[in-house]
Amino acid sequence: MRKQWDTEKKLYTLCVLTEDTPGILSQVARLFSRKGYNIESIVTGSTDRPHTARLSINIIADELVVNQLATQCRRILGVQAVKVLNEETCVRREIALIKVRAADHGTRDEIIQLANIFRGHIMDVDRESLTVWVFGTQSKNAALIQMLEDFGILEIATTGTIAIERGRSTIYDESKLKEEYEYGKNVL
Amino acid sequence: MKIRATAAIMECLLEQEVDTVFGYPGGTILNIYDELYRYKDKIRHILTAHEQGAAHAADGYARSTGKVGVCFATSGPGATNLTTGIATAYLDSSPVVFITCNVTEATLGKDAFQEVDITGIAMPITKATFLVRDPAAIPAVMRQAFAVAANGRPGPVLIDFIKDVTFPGVEIEYEFVPWRENRGCAGMRELNRDHELKKPTPSQEDVDILLDMIAGAQRPFVICGGGVVLGRADREFKEFAEKLDAPVAISLMGGGGFPGSHPLTTGMLGMHGSRASNTACNECDLLIAVGCRFSDRVALNPATFARQAKIVQIDIDRAEIDKNVLTDHHIIGSARRVLAMLNEKLPQYDHSGWKARILPLRAPSVAGASDRLTPQQVLETIRVQMPPDAIVATDVGQHQMWAVKYLHFRYPGQLLTSGGFGTMGFGLGAAIGAQTAHPDKRVLHITGDGCFRMNCHELATVQHYGLPIVSIVFNNGTLGMVRQWQNLIYGQRYSETTLDRGPDFVKLAEAYGVRGFRAKTAAEMEKALAQALAERESAVIDCCLDIDEMVRPMVASGSEITDFLLSEGGES
Repeated sequence: MRKQWDTEKKLYTLCVLTEDTPGILSQVARLFSRKGYNIESIVTGSTDRPHTARLSINIIADELVVNQLATQCRRILGVQAVKVLNEETCVRREIALIKVRAADHGTRDEIIQLANIFRGHIMDVDRESLTVWVFGTQSKNAALIQMLEDFGILEIATTGTIAIERGRSTIYDESKLKEEYEYGKNVL
Repeated sequence: MKIRATAAIMECLLEQEVDTVFGYPGGTILNIYDELYRYKDKIRHILTAHEQGAAHAADGYARSTGKVGVCFATSGPGATNLTTGIATAYLDSSPVVFITCNVTEATLGKDAFQEVDITGIAMPITKATFLVRDPAAIPAVMRQAFAVAANGRPGPVLIDFIKDVTFPGVEIEYEFVPWRENRGCAGMRELNRDHELKKPTPSQEDVDILLDMIAGAQRPFVICGGGVVLGRADREFKEFAEKLDAPVAISLMGGGGFPGSHPLTTGMLGMHGSRASNTACNECDLLIAVGCRFSDRVALNPATFARQAKIVQIDIDRAEIDKNVLTDHHIIGSARRVLAMLNEKLPQYDHSGWKARILPLRAPSVAGASDRLTPQQVLETIRVQMPPDAIVATDVGQHQMWAVKYLHFRYPGQLLTSGGFGTMGFGLGAAIGAQTAHPDKRVLHITGDGCFRMNCHELATVQHYGLPIVSIVFNNGTLGMVRQWQNLIYGQRYSETTLDRGPDFVKLAEAYGVRGFRAKTAAEMEKALAQALAERESAVIDCCLDIDEMVRPMVASGSEITDFLLSEGGES
């Protein structure tokens, strides 16, 4: 009956729904550093609910650890729900802005063509450089970055990964688990 | 109704039926203390010698009553002095609300005098922290803080008020709401017989699965953990254990959750666990842990812990499931609710064969005759002389293990000990809190010479408030537990553990205006304790012990649970 955990280290995404209060980000992030796990990426943004933020945290670890982190997250007062997602259960996307050296016509054309293949856009241009915008999975973006390396990359900014579950179910379905950590919220 | 913001803070304490707070004033918290002056006939303040003592006292008050303890301190060093106390409460799930004040809004974040980011510091050692910058938020924050501290798995909460919030001119809209009406569940009140936590509701399905597992088990074994004590589930636990007819180990934090003198008790489990407990753990086929988190001092080697058994964990906090030891089944809920549900359907079992294997392994500790005073003799004297309902507060180390192994506790809240955090210096503060809450009971503080030195300045508090606490110092002139490890594991290299120095504890006690006794033989110990108990005055008994006394038995950290480094029995 003992649950068999997947012991292979994989990329998991923890989606954490929180109240939009100061300090909540550091409280969540602290859990990871305390267990000695590096966060691959962390993104915070708004949701369809007012005063509610959503954190998407990418981490490479095994299933047991990730689930422990998720349960620890649920204990935090401002956390409303936590969902553990992996490669099969979610779609993940990120944006990269890549500033590339481009000092002549030929290079510029070549970069624009490459960007088109990856459905990227040129966001900025001047005599010495181009800035390419690309949206996609981490591996797709990495592929474009690799191609652009030939021209000389000046700077890269990425958003980190956001993720959402495939299918009908949502993070709000998880609030049942969180109910165990309700402390009589009716007072607020 | 508009009232002063500081008055609202006091009224919010009264809402929660708080009648005692522990603390230490200072610059930023002056306005709150000024208000306290007006409320002094409704709220009693115990001024300790040091903020750490106040934190432990509030913790001891909470542990011994089941109510929420309250502790005040000022900003900066006042707040950081609380941190050891906060962490102690957090690791042992004790409900305490810590209230500090911070510098003014204008100086916040500018490294002002006595400024520290205490909400940031306390974040990892509290259930929640609140920084209050808007006076209007006071009632909501105070009510929520108490609800969070008391409900679910209890624990400490910290509220930090910006000084501006407490300025005398600040008024807020406030209406008195008794806690029962602003919180849907009973957490603040003394945990009496009808106390039930609101959430989480245990699943009947999970309970039924466990009942089936019990029906299929030949050799069940139960651990009474701290959750039984915190949830005041002693009656339900006793009924469960007796119906199951199985041996019961009591964890350090579980002391008082199950009678130590009960025929099914096998004593402690783990590093200093009895042979009976550790053998039962190794040989059982069903292990039911109630409110126990399998700390590394219990599950020394998680991979081989209870290797033949299906492990079932009953806990109120889902985050404890599969954290230290992987389990086969778990039930989420308060110990009381879950055990009551189990008891409802549990038939009377008979596991005589299994009991006959385990229970005879119990070796009663014997206090043999000796010229020199032994720890066993000290504890035998305490056991004989102490009133049966006396509260015992311990510090950390050898004396703690001896006390818990030797004394039998009868009810939750009778044993106050820092199990999780292992805070030396916890005992005297905790004893002050317990004695304040229970003026009619006797409170014994069992300590070692190392621990006593750490917070002995609280004798000033003991003396001033006339608390008849008896401190019994197991004085072996060394940090005994560390020396024991150095002796057994570190080739007898006693690095910096010998305490061959002052003070003279008898003179120290007298300097504080507390009665001091010295005991070098069993007869002197008997006489001293009898006199201290009879006089109903604060006292310190300095028990002079041999430097090489050891806690038996002992299993080394990380070893197999039956791999005893030191055997049981008194033939040392």
